Amino acid sequence: MTPEVLAGLAEARAAKRPVVLATRLPGGEQRLLTSGAGDSELAVAAQRALDRDESGTVRLADGEWFLRAYNPPLRLVIVGAVHIAQALVPMAAQIGLSVIVVDPRRSFATDERFPDVTVMTEWPDEALDALVPDARTGVVTLTHDPKLDDPALDRALKSAAFYIGALGSRKTHAARLARLRELGHGDADFARIRGPVGLALGAVTAPEIALSIIAEFVAVRRNAALAIRGPAKAAA
Amino acid sequence: MTEADDILTVAAGWRAAGEQVALATVTETWGSSPRPAGSQMAVTASGKMAGSVSGGCIEGAVADAARQTMASGVPQLLDFGVTNERAWEVGLACGGKVKVFVETLA
Repeated sequence: MTPEVLAGLAEARAAKRPVVLATRLPGGEQRLLTSGAGDSELAVAAQRALDRDESGTVRLADGEWFLRAYNPPLRLVIVGAVHIAQALVPMAAQIGLSVIVVDPRRSFATDERFPDVTVMTEWPDEALDALVPDARTGVVTLTHDPKLDDPALDRALKSAAFYIGALGSRKTHAARLARLRELGHGDADFARIRGPVGLALGAVTAPEIALSIIAEFVAVRRNAALAIRGPAKAAA
Repeated sequence: MTEADDILTVAAGWRAAGEQVALATVTETWGSSPRPAGSQMAVTASGKMAGSVSGGCIEGAVADAARQTMASGVPQLLDFGVTNERAWEVGLACGGKVKVFVETLA
């Protein structure tokens, strides 16, 4: 890899621009292709690698290329700078997520409790309006407080977020869905919310609950059978 | 940042510190190979190593190839059947195949 290619790759990744490193096999000639780099056979294959978030070898008219897809990291927005969030942040970082913690309660959202992570002290609806969750973003609400969780879920449902989870018991969740219905959301929206959040591991402690959330996030991302749930019902 | 991305960052850091560095990348897999395409391992001439391209079965051979590539400057495309006689003996016939591209960081 030439210093120019390495520098270009580092620059694109620092700017969170999707980029593909194409390597001709077996010779090793390399090219960097950005998203929307044109309609050549190689550019189209590179775009497909980014869309699928999958690296691999392709055989084109001019030979064999290895395409390494570098998408910006998936994002996880955690609403509630609570104890479970403290356990969740390092696990999320470990699997490569870019993490943002949102909590307007400044006594919770301190740098001391959350070192090395972006902390926003805006109200959750304002924070999510600023963050614009896309199809590579997950949103998890952990506050148990409708004043904070509800606006976050409202905005998450209006976004393209691929993973939306809400901490709370089935009963709490049913009451939450009833409130969200008053905000104009319906059954199709409710099917997008994972509540109670996390895979059913029987988790008890904060780190165990964090583990169940990360496990579910991965299962949804990878389309695993474990990610499939029955519909949750709103309270009458 | 995903794990594989990190290896490139580690490798670039070693290079910037003046080390001679080779990068090995899984380019293609068949069957039940342990690491997906894009998985990377970095090796220095001084013997540092980071990342993996299998479950530990072929890293030694890849490190040898990396040293050759660092000496010659010529990249290599390696072909491994993960199942070998030894794996068969101990019942680890995972049955996969991988191709690994080895290059230097110039």
